[in-house]
Amino acid sequence: MSLSVRLTHGLGAFVLDAAFDAPDGVTALHGPSGAGKTTLVNAVAGLLRPDAGRIAVGGTILLDRQRRIDLPPHRRGVGYVFQDARLFPHLSVRQNLLFGRWFAARGGRTGGPDLPAIAELLGIGGLLHRRPAALSGGEAQRVALGRALLARPRLLLLDEPLAALDDARKAEILPYLERLRDIEGLPILYVSHSAPEIRRMATTVIRLERGRVTGQGTPARMLPDPAGTPGVEWGVSLRHSRDGIAVLDSPAGPLRIAGPVGRGPLRLRIRADQVLIARQPPQGVLARNILEARVIGALPDDAGLLRLQAGGGMLLARLPDPGDAPLEGAQVHAILTAEPEVIG
Amino acid sequence: MLPDWLSPGEWQAVALSLQVSFWAMLCSLPLGILVAHALARWRFPGRQVLNMLVHLPLILPPVVTGYLLLLTFGRRGAVGQWLDQWFGIVLAFRWTGAALAAAVMAFPLMVRAIRLSIEAVDPRLEQAAATLGAPRPLVFLTVTLPLILPGILAGAILAFAKAMGEFGATITFVSNIPGQTQTLPSAIYSQLQVPGGEAQAGRLVLVAIAVSMGALLASEWVSRAVARRVAG
Repeated sequence: MSLSVRLTHGLGAFVLDAAFDAPDGVTALHGPSGAGKTTLVNAVAGLLRPDAGRIAVGGTILLDRQRRIDLPPHRRGVGYVFQDARLFPHLSVRQNLLFGRWFAARGGRTGGPDLPAIAELLGIGGLLHRRPAALSGGEAQRVALGRALLARPRLLLLDEPLAALDDARKAEILPYLERLRDIEGLPILYVSHSAPEIRRMATTVIRLERGRVTGQGTPARMLPDPAGTPGVEWGVSLRHSRDGIAVLDSPAGPLRIAGPVGRGPLRLRIRADQVLIARQPPQGVLARNILEARVIGALPDDAGLLRLQAGGGMLLARLPDPGDAPLEGAQVHAILTAEPEVIG
Repeated sequence: MLPDWLSPGEWQAVALSLQVSFWAMLCSLPLGILVAHALARWRFPGRQVLNMLVHLPLILPPVVTGYLLLLTFGRRGAVGQWLDQWFGIVLAFRWTGAALAAAVMAFPLMVRAIRLSIEAVDPRLEQAAATLGAPRPLVFLTVTLPLILPGILAGAILAFAKAMGEFGATITFVSNIPGQTQTLPSAIYSQLQVPGGEAQAGRLVLVAIAVSMGALLASEWVSRAVARRVAG
């Protein structure tokens, strides 16, 4: 189910003139404040009528000014999670969650996850009888997400759903969003100006600047991390630590880093320029981590970046010369030339 | 002993006032909500004109409002003649006319209270309801209306209290016929015209004060209780 957007809209001196086609998955809308991200999302939801344009989700045309098609918001089937949760204060959490359900059934959209399933997915089963005023920011945002999902949307809009939350609350919600992406397979348009969030969530990044689309591509290409280098993130856990060295269980087997590290799950970031590839088993190399890996191939949009499969994990390696790339399927040894960075 | 405190005619005036005020409040409520919603939320040509028309009874001398009502709804009036011919409804010099006059005079107060509460509702909640699939009328019924309930109750009770006190427009439009159109204020006025009627008028004044204070207290109490329930 792809999302196709072309629209022009003038707001005083500001002109939004954006066009893009996004494939399945999570499409991140990225750009500085005032770039027109929320305006664009509001147009997709039907809360704002653009001067001209066409918006389609899959085969359904939501808006086509030329053909005088403009579905009202309530008939677009677009779930919208706002920056502020916007829960109805006079209804209980349960009533909030079920608000869109009846309308969805009336519109012929039935099936999909029901209330218990959503409550389980989002961890809000214990809140059903509360009033929105009695919820924390993170809880309210999860309820808002559940409310949007239970309305059986064909597209989910997330407008900086984590912006109002502190880091602890963000860490609480991000896994739910990831589960949503992986389990529900619902197309998502995700507005954020947080690069780490987008790297973690998105399949496609659209960069919006001063009302125009200035780039589109994979997160690795569009949002290289602050060091200017793409990389991968792994979930790991501490096996044991001895003499100041922590041994971590990673998808590619044990990894050694200088401790101390906390117990419980950690996230590591391994940058592509930290990975040196050896065709032969390296001899006399003083490195803490040397991983067995298999070459998958160069990235389609960057021939100098090689993707490797190391055990159950994916690695990116920066090649000194793209012409030197080993053949696909070749067994190599990935030498980590620097410590992987613990990012959370 | 209480019945002896006022004469039967005066009890009748009190009862008539309650009746007139109740119906004036009840019948103008739907229109009041509609007009308040239009003034608060809709953008249409003539919005300012509507706003002025609604507020006119507040600033016009009541006797002028009563006279205009008589011109319009009297037996010879454009609307009155039509109502009489087609529906057999006569308003002039009837208690229903008193209710109309009270409703018109109380309308600005009712609309103001409801309009304020509508303006206090975050329109972004209504947007959220729309994205969840609710068409406009249902957004109003399921989100806006429950949230403005305290304002509606306050407006209704305010209108009731105002209707209880309405005098100028009522006496001009429906006169002061004991047992038919003599409301509490008209009865007080009549007593004051009679030499030595001050004591009787004083008792009626006490009743008027009690009813008005009661309405005010009820409005405070009800809107606070509802606000608590709505806010959760």
